[in-house]
Amino acid sequence: MSFEPFLLTPVPDHDKIDVYLKHGGYTALSKVLKERTPEEVTQEVINSGLRGRGGAGFPTGRKWSFIPKDTDRPIYLCVNADESEPGTFKDRELMLKHPHMLIEGAVITAYAIKCNRAFIYIRGEFATEAHQLERAIAEATEKGFVGKNILGSGFDLEITIYRGGGAYICGEETALMTSLEGGKGYPRLKPPFPAVSGLYLSPTIINNVETICNIPHIMNRGAEWFKSMGTEKSTGSKIFCVSGHVNKPGNYELPMGISLRELLYEYAGGIKNDRNLKVVIPGGSSVPILTADKVDVKMDFESLVEAGSMLGSAGVIVMDETTCIVHAAYVISRFYQHESCGQCSPCRQGTLWMYRILDRIEHGKGKMEDIDLLLDICNNIEGNTICPLGDASVPAVRSSIKYFRDEYEYHIKNKKCLVQLDQRFE
Amino acid sequence: MIDKSSKGLLSESSKEKIEGLICIFPDKQSIILPVLHVIYDQLGYLDSKAIKEAASITEIPDVYFEEAASFYTMFPLEPVGKYLIQVCHNISCTLMGAESLIDYIKEKLGIKPGGTTADGLFTLVTVECLGSCGTAPVMRINDTYYENLTKAKVDKILETLRNQA
Repeated sequence: MSFEPFLLTPVPDHDKIDVYLKHGGYTALSKVLKERTPEEVTQEVINSGLRGRGGAGFPTGRKWSFIPKDTDRPIYLCVNADESEPGTFKDRELMLKHPHMLIEGAVITAYAIKCNRAFIYIRGEFATEAHQLERAIAEATEKGFVGKNILGSGFDLEITIYRGGGAYICGEETALMTSLEGGKGYPRLKPPFPAVSGLYLSPTIINNVETICNIPHIMNRGAEWFKSMGTEKSTGSKIFCVSGHVNKPGNYELPMGISLRELLYEYAGGIKNDRNLKVVIPGGSSVPILTADKVDVKMDFESLVEAGSMLGSAGVIVMDETTCIVHAAYVISRFYQHESCGQCSPCRQGTLWMYRILDRIEHGKGKMEDIDLLLDICNNIEGNTICPLGDASVPAVRSSIKYFRDEYEYHIKNKKCLVQLDQRFE
Repeated sequence: MIDKSSKGLLSESSKEKIEGLICIFPDKQSIILPVLHVIYDQLGYLDSKAIKEAASITEIPDVYFEEAASFYTMFPLEPVGKYLIQVCHNISCTLMGAESLIDYIKEKLGIKPGGTTADGLFTLVTVECLGSCGTAPVMRINDTYYENLTKAKVDKILETLRNQA
């Protein structure tokens, strides 16, 4: 059976409301408001097995069900559009080409969690995407899909776009909320979890753009349809963002559980210049690397953990045999030391030390004991911070040493890379 | 204290935008980041005098704005060239030649990252992931993304901007 993408549907001009309506847009919303209670919507999403697409993979419907039933505070929805995980570029495409899918999903989600105020927190650099969403919200408001008394149901929802300021940390859900509340985006300790005490200390649900975009489809076609795709525990489709050394980089929406080999060779056109594959980072730079012998792994939450990595945000970064692993780890570590918010010392200091040590190895000044020193720093960051950024800085460094210790040693001994990255900018 | 003798930096339109933001959020403090965007959109950087003006309009102490300004790396804190060239040097872009791209622009404009050309047109900075890894290497100039870059494309982009200035 051939799979047809429903999130990245190839309909031209799908960002225009008339085109979206012509292709069944907002029918899920209209059906939900007429025929389903909020509890039934939540139950359908629980039944579908949908799990968060931002990286953590938490079951979406269950998250919604954590909103206290007896709360007297307003309930908020935050759509996490702060897409910043290196190697990930799916939400950008969804917002540019399918903004109404996101809006429709957000309205249904808000209805399910009984929320009248939603925020879309979008990374600051996405100016075009923010304007696109603003335009689409205006269109949807004019047609009565957003605003007061939506489609005569008595349900109100106001959606506000909130632009970030270029801080990776604000994609972490508690940092997103502190940023939205004004000021620095410092993560908070959990518990309390956002569903109980989140934005402005009110119950809050934070869901990724791709997660929300799935909602209208689940409501239209049902949980059973959604579960017919993917694996038992990783249901539905997933947008895989393929970047690096492939012939056709880009977003590929495919059923969960597709093999990495099929993704890279059937869809992404194989490795550039017919070179050999060296490593793949399958879930954004925060997850461990996979060596080429793992190319038959299935791309779903469980299989990737079994293979020693994670699905994360499905940012699939492909490196061929000309890639120096020390150089790659150095570039990745630079990112985490730049983005550490500075709140917890193991992360603030640890990411900086890792970067400095990798910098000296990369530039021919490393010492042999630096390799174990890096591992020691990894152990001292992991698990010792408020949020997962510290933990996220560890896997690239640790796994690259695990699989390519000889390359580190060569680099330190010979003061240069074992392999030289091909000149690709011409 | 606001120096009332000198003319403010914020335009009437920026002031209006800031005033319009005040009642949007459940908590007024939430306008800090949107206000920084208004200042950045007008001036291209966050001027501390403009921040003070904005703080006085919103009646939120300027220290909160200053604190946020120092945290969010997207906003320059000093004046920059008319065109702020932000080249991504994160992993996917590096794999696709970002380091050579940076060298190429450095040589072409005769400036290092952080520097501005003598004519005040171009400032070059390196940035972390821009979320456009499938079209690497990538740069952003002011608010516009330029993707799948080659030397010929960079030449053309910079020439077009120079002619527009």
